[in-house]
Amino acid sequence: MGKKFLGALLSMAMVSMLMVGCGGGQPAATNTNAPEGDTAAAEETTSAGGDGDLITVGFSQVGAESDWRVANTQSMKESLSEANGFELIFADAQQKQENQIKAVRDFISQEVDVIVIAPVTETGWETVLGEAKDAEIPVIVVDRQLDVSDDSLYTCWVGSDFYQEGINAVDWLTKYMDGLGRGEEDLNVAVLQGTIGSSAEIGRTKGVRDELEKHSNYKIVAEQTGEFTQAKGQEVMESFLKSGEDIDILIAQNDNMAFGAIDALKAVGKDPGEDVVIVSFDAVKAAFDSMIAGDMNVSVECNPLHGPRVAELAKKIMNGEEVEKIQYVEEGVYPADTAAETLPSRAY
Amino acid sequence: MVKKLKDKLQGNNFLLMITIVLFIALYIVGIAVFGEKNFGKPQVFFNLFINNAGLIVTAVGMTMVLITGGIDISIGSVIGFTCMLLAWMMEKKGMSATASIIIVLLIGTLFGLVQGILVAYFKIQPFIVTLAGMFFARGLTAMVSTEMISITNESFLKMANAKIYLPILGTMNKKGHLVYPYIYPSVIIAIVVLVIIFIVLKFTAFGRAVYAVGGNEQSALLMGLNVKRTKLKVYVLNGFLAALGGFVFCLNSCGGFVEQARGFEMDAIASAVIGGTLLTGGVGNVIGSLFGVLIKGTIESIITFQGTLSSWWTKIAIAALLCFFIIFQSIFAKLKAKKAA
Repeated sequence: MGKKFLGALLSMAMVSMLMVGCGGGQPAATNTNAPEGDTAAAEETTSAGGDGDLITVGFSQVGAESDWRVANTQSMKESLSEANGFELIFADAQQKQENQIKAVRDFISQEVDVIVIAPVTETGWETVLGEAKDAEIPVIVVDRQLDVSDDSLYTCWVGSDFYQEGINAVDWLTKYMDGLGRGEEDLNVAVLQGTIGSSAEIGRTKGVRDELEKHSNYKIVAEQTGEFTQAKGQEVMESFLKSGEDIDILIAQNDNMAFGAIDALKAVGKDPGEDVVIVSFDAVKAAFDSMIAGDMNVSVECNPLHGPRVAELAKKIMNGEEVEKIQYVEEGVYPADTAAETLPSRAY
Repeated sequence: MVKKLKDKLQGNNFLLMITIVLFIALYIVGIAVFGEKNFGKPQVFFNLFINNAGLIVTAVGMTMVLITGGIDISIGSVIGFTCMLLAWMMEKKGMSATASIIIVLLIGTLFGLVQGILVAYFKIQPFIVTLAGMFFARGLTAMVSTEMISITNESFLKMANAKIYLPILGTMNKKGHLVYPYIYPSVIIAIVVLVIIFIVLKFTAFGRAVYAVGGNEQSALLMGLNVKRTKLKVYVLNGFLAALGGFVFCLNSCGGFVEQARGFEMDAIASAVIGGTLLTGGVGNVIGSLFGVLIKGTIESIITFQGTLSSWWTKIAIAALLCFFIIFQSIFAKLKAKKAA
């Protein structure tokens, strides 16, 4: 008898604890729905759903693994705010595809108006996107592209044009070398590639190659993956240097690898930015610091601020307008000489 | 002896009841708080099974291992390997879906056999054996391919995407269409596995031997049970179920990559413990583990429905639940010891 009573007591305590737990979450949700704190208004907005004023958006994000990602999340949260006419349901997938699929299923059950996915993986989307399609919920994909057999499973994609970034980088580089008066010299280029097979690596490699081919005096003498990490970037740069090739220009496909390569150059007594011109991608804040210090020459932006474009698209889709399938975000090129002025305005 | 066994079974039922009550309570809380966001829709309930079919299969196998007093932490890696191998065989080698599935199930069973021999006959700690298994399977996965492989095999995708509509509980969506809840073949596999193992554990001599071995290995030996063989069988069966779970998991993810299902074994262990299985062995029930999985799924859903909470709260909630169950179980064990004395 005693143990039954204890059991009942404990389970009651547990349930009430959970109620408190969930109840604690609820006021927060109500607050975001109604800034005035008026509960009646809050109920109105939550039940309004699609035909009301607010567009409900379910956003499944990869995680918070990098500064880029955090800036991306921030931008989405700001743009899909209540003030802009949205109710955002945000789910962090913690870098796991299965979490993301679960979240999307929950979005479908909730009958959100638009689903936004920043996919962890490019594959495995047929099933759950089929469910979204059956439920007639439009899907906007951001950042990484999807590898699905049927394009109609999603409405559109928003992200970076990695190929164009590659072209922009070389375009800046050739002009810079012309400016130094070295435009006609034979120049040896080393390339630190990202993780082989990633969209960023494929696009940037191709863009860089295609544009360099137009200049016969530029020659790629070394090309190897540094897997987008600083440690690996340093290691590969060391092996480039040991190979004895004279390297004039280094193109690193992200800033982290460039930082590693800069360390490797300094270790052998070379002056990065002078002896070897460093071209990098992503333009994270630390890259600006590096440029101000004179180590890096340029970084080509990989813009994470997808929020405004996604918000605009979601509104268009809800109004029944047709949208372009592929949506590139605008991206800049940030050279060292303007780095100090630009840095304060950078969001990531 | 008989009385002791009976006591164990009763204890088993009591812990199971707590888990079921907790699940129902959680679900009611979900409906109460997020009812207007459609939490009460039948599909939300069926999604718990769709999302967690692979976890149900592996948790069932894990429960069996835990009942013998063992543990298997290689499961996540075996699932990752299974998915990768399936994708690789079908996509890179052009093999048929059926052949690929049979091969991975055989490999899983073989994997279980090796681990089982090491545990049962060489008397090596299950933790160490399966720790090696975990590294080995993950390494093998990378050997097959370090790049992500997407499955495009038609018959496999057909299996993965075959919606089975249930002719009951239809609800109106906001566009005014009547929609019926659906499940996928993976859910049926999971339920069938659950029922079979439930029957095996409850009504066969092997099942009773599993509980006896876990309860007290010495007594089991004295009772004339073949302890080693029982353990071996459990690990073999568990290896098979891990591969089957991997296949079911793959039906949901349709691709293989090296990092897949990392830490999955911990989810399976947590589900079993929440379901009333004691890590010391002898007590446990696969139905409880099912509810353990459902509780985890419900917490995840509640957090997604809430929309602004960080999804990391899931981990904290699971931790709290685990803590609660462990403390509860230890109080329960003490009370029982007092009663016996």
